[in-house]
Amino acid sequence: MSEIYFDNGATTRPFPEVRAIMAQVLDEDYGNPSSMHKKGFQAERYVTGAREIIARSLKVSPKEIFFTSGGTEANNLALLGSALAGRRQRKHIITSCIEHASVYNPLSFLEDEGFEVTYLPVNEKGLISLEDLQAALREDTLLVSVMCVNNEIGAVEPVEEIGRLVKAFDPAILFHTDCIQAYGKMDCRPKAWKADLLSVSGHKIHGPKGIGFLYIKEGTRIKPVLWGGNQEKGMRSGTENVPGIVGMGKAAQIIYQDHEEKVASIRKVKDHFISRVMKEVDQVRDNSGQAPHVASISFPGVRSEVLLHALEDKDIFVSAGSACSSNKPAVSGTLKGIGLTKDYYESTLRFSFSVYNTVEEADLCVEALKELLPVLRRFRRR
Amino acid sequence: MEYKVFLIKYAEIGVKGKNRHLFEDALVRQMNYALEPVGDFRMRKESGRIFAEAESDFDFDEAVEALKTVFGISGICPIMVGEKTDLKDLRRLAAEYVGQEYEKKDFSFKAFVRRADKRFPGTSAELAAEIGEAVLMEYPDLTVDVHNPQVKLTVEIRDHIYIYSREIPGPGGMPVGTNGRAMLLLSGGIDSPVAGYMIAKRGVSIDAVYFHAPPYTSERAKQKVVDLASQVAHYSGPINLHIINFTDIQLAIYEKCPHDELTIIMRRYMMKLAEHFAVEQNCLGLITGESIGQVASQTMQSLFVTDHATGMPVYRPCIGLDKNEIIAISEKIGTYETSVLPYEDCCTIFVAKHPVTKPRLNVIERSEKKLKDCIDDLMREAIETVEVVKIHAHQ
Repeated sequence: MSEIYFDNGATTRPFPEVRAIMAQVLDEDYGNPSSMHKKGFQAERYVTGAREIIARSLKVSPKEIFFTSGGTEANNLALLGSALAGRRQRKHIITSCIEHASVYNPLSFLEDEGFEVTYLPVNEKGLISLEDLQAALREDTLLVSVMCVNNEIGAVEPVEEIGRLVKAFDPAILFHTDCIQAYGKMDCRPKAWKADLLSVSGHKIHGPKGIGFLYIKEGTRIKPVLWGGNQEKGMRSGTENVPGIVGMGKAAQIIYQDHEEKVASIRKVKDHFISRVMKEVDQVRDNSGQAPHVASISFPGVRSEVLLHALEDKDIFVSAGSACSSNKPAVSGTLKGIGLTKDYYESTLRFSFSVYNTVEEADLCVEALKELLPVLRRFRRR
Repeated sequence: MEYKVFLIKYAEIGVKGKNRHLFEDALVRQMNYALEPVGDFRMRKESGRIFAEAESDFDFDEAVEALKTVFGISGICPIMVGEKTDLKDLRRLAAEYVGQEYEKKDFSFKAFVRRADKRFPGTSAELAAEIGEAVLMEYPDLTVDVHNPQVKLTVEIRDHIYIYSREIPGPGGMPVGTNGRAMLLLSGGIDSPVAGYMIAKRGVSIDAVYFHAPPYTSERAKQKVVDLASQVAHYSGPINLHIINFTDIQLAIYEKCPHDELTIIMRRYMMKLAEHFAVEQNCLGLITGESIGQVASQTMQSLFVTDHATGMPVYRPCIGLDKNEIIAISEKIGTYETSVLPYEDCCTIFVAKHPVTKPRLNVIERSEKKLKDCIDDLMREAIETVEVVKIHAHQ
C-alpha cells in the first residue's frame, strides 16, 4: 500500500487477526449470548473471553467491564449514569476545558438539567493544574471527569495525582477518566489512579468501530441510561455486539502483547517526524504533548484544510487540528485552551501514528510538507 | 377499486399548433424518466391528453411526487378503474368512487360521461343522468349543479370504466427538451441550482459546469455539487456535469492581478470556460444564479463586466429575486439542505476583504493583460483536463 495513514487518532486499521475472529463470529458462531442453547452458550464464551482479556489489561475484575456501542456511549453512560444516581445529594461536576465532545456535550445537557459544572483551564501544554482542581472541589461535588490523553494534541493529564487529590478531599466523589486516546498507548490503571469510571473505544486500538466499554468500579453508584433486556447486568441493555466485543478483545490482546516495544516504535515515528519538521520546515509550532502517537503542529500562513487536502493528493492522510471551515467556524477548545492565536489554530494539523507506521513514512511526509508549504504559503487569504 | 391510471393535463403545450406532437413526445419522455423508479407505466396519448397507466404495483404518493417534477404538466388526475360490465355496475362504481374519494359528502356536482366504447348501451347524456341519480341515492346530502358544480365527476367508458374528479396541480412550464439546451454555472451555493430549475421549467435541457479547486476545495465539495446536479436532474432530466480544475487559473490571477479585482476576473474566466463547453454541447446560452446586488460580483457594474467575457446570452432567472425568495424555491425543489453544507467552494477561497463593487471594463481588461503570458496555456489545460460526469436524477 502506498498510502500513508497518519490519522490513527481518528480511527485505526483493524489487525488482520481482528478481522479473522470477527469473520468466524459472523459466519459460524453467530448465536445470541442470551439464547439457552449451545449456539448461545458458544457466543457467551466469546464475550466472556474478551471481557477477561480486557479486564486483565486494566488489572481489574471482569465484573467491572461493561460493553457499550463505543467511546461516546461509554462517556455518556459514565456522566449521565452517575448524575442520575447522585443528583439528589450532589449537584456539582468538575471537568477540563479540553474534553472531547462526548464528555463536553453530556455535561452541557446536565447543566441545563440543574447541575453546576466547573471547567478547569489548561496551561500552554494542555495540562490542568492540581491547585485549580483542589480549589474547585466542593462539598457537593459529585464527579470529576478529566481525560487521560487529549485527542487533539496528545497532552497526558496527571490522572494519578488527580485521583489521589479527589479521593483525599472526599472518597465519595466519583472520578471518571476518558481513556479513549490512552488505552493501547499506555498502561491504564484505574485502581492505581483511584478512578471509578474509565471509558475506552475499540476502533482506536485496531479493533472494529461500534464497540467500546466502560470500566465501572464495583460498588459505584451509577444508573443505566438504556433500558431493556438487562444485558451487561442491567447496566447496558441490548443484545451484545458479539463480533465487535470479540474483535475489540482480540485487538486489546495484541496491542498489549510486547506493549513497550509497540509504544516505542510508535513514539520513534512521532519523535522522528517532529524533530525533522522542527528542524527543516520554517515557521512551525509544535503543540504536541507526551502521548506516544500524537503530533500536533501549526503551520501559520496556510489553512489546515488546504494543507490537509494537498497532503491527501499525495495519499497522505491526516487531520485538521481544529475542525473549521469558512462557512462554519467550529474552533477547537483545546487549541484555544492552550493559548494559540487564530493564525496558529487555523493552521494546525494532527498527525497520529500507529504500529503500522514507519520512520520512512514520516520522512516522506516531511518531504511532502517541505515541497507543499512554500507554494501554499504564497497564496494566503489576504 | 384502486388508482391505476393518471390522466395528465397540460396547458401551454396544447396551443403549439403543428409542433404539438413534439411537445407531447417530450412530455411523455420526461414522464417516463420521472416514473422510472416508481414502477412500470404505459403512456397513451389521446386527443389533447395523456394517460399514464400502471402496469405494475406502485406507491400512489411516490407516483404523484414524481409527476410533480415533470414540467409541462398542469394537472394530475388520479383515475379509478373498474370492470366494465353493465349499467348496474356503472352506477355502483360511481357511488363507490364518491364514497372513497370524499370525506364530507355535502358538495354540488355534475356527472360527465364519455362513451369511447360505443357498444355500451345508452347515450352519454342518459348515462350521466343515471350516474347522478345513483350517487344522489347513496349520498342524499349532495346536490346536482349543472352550471357551477364544485366537483366534476367524470366517467369514461373504455376497455374499463375510468372515474375521476380530482386534479392535483402540476408544476406547469414546458416539457424539457422542447426549447434547446443551456449551460448552467453550478456552484455549491443556493442560487445556481434554483436558476437551473427555473430555466429547465421553460423546457430547456440543462448541462452544467463546476469549477473545482483542489486542494482548496475538497472531494466533499465536489460530491455536494454532484448531489445538487442530481437534484436538479429530477426536473431537468440527465445533466452532463463538466468538472473543471480551476486552481491554476485562480492562482495565476491571484499572483498577477490586483487583489480587489480577483473575483470579477475569476468570474470572467469562468464564463469563458463555460462558453467553451456550451458551444461543444450545442448550448444556446449560459445560466447563472446571479441576483442584482447580492454580492460584490453581482452589482450592475460587475454583471456588465462579466457579460462582456462571453458572446453568448447569459440567462439569470434569479436576477430580480431576494435571497429569501431564492431560498423558498430551493426548499421547494429540495436543494436547500445540500446547498448549505459547509464546504468551501472556489469562489470563497481567496476573497478580498474589499472587492471592487463598481468595476470598469477597460480597467479589468487592462488587469487581465497581466495574465497574457500564461492564460492561454492555463485555459487549454483546464479544457483538456475536464472531467465530464453524466448526472441522473435516480443514481
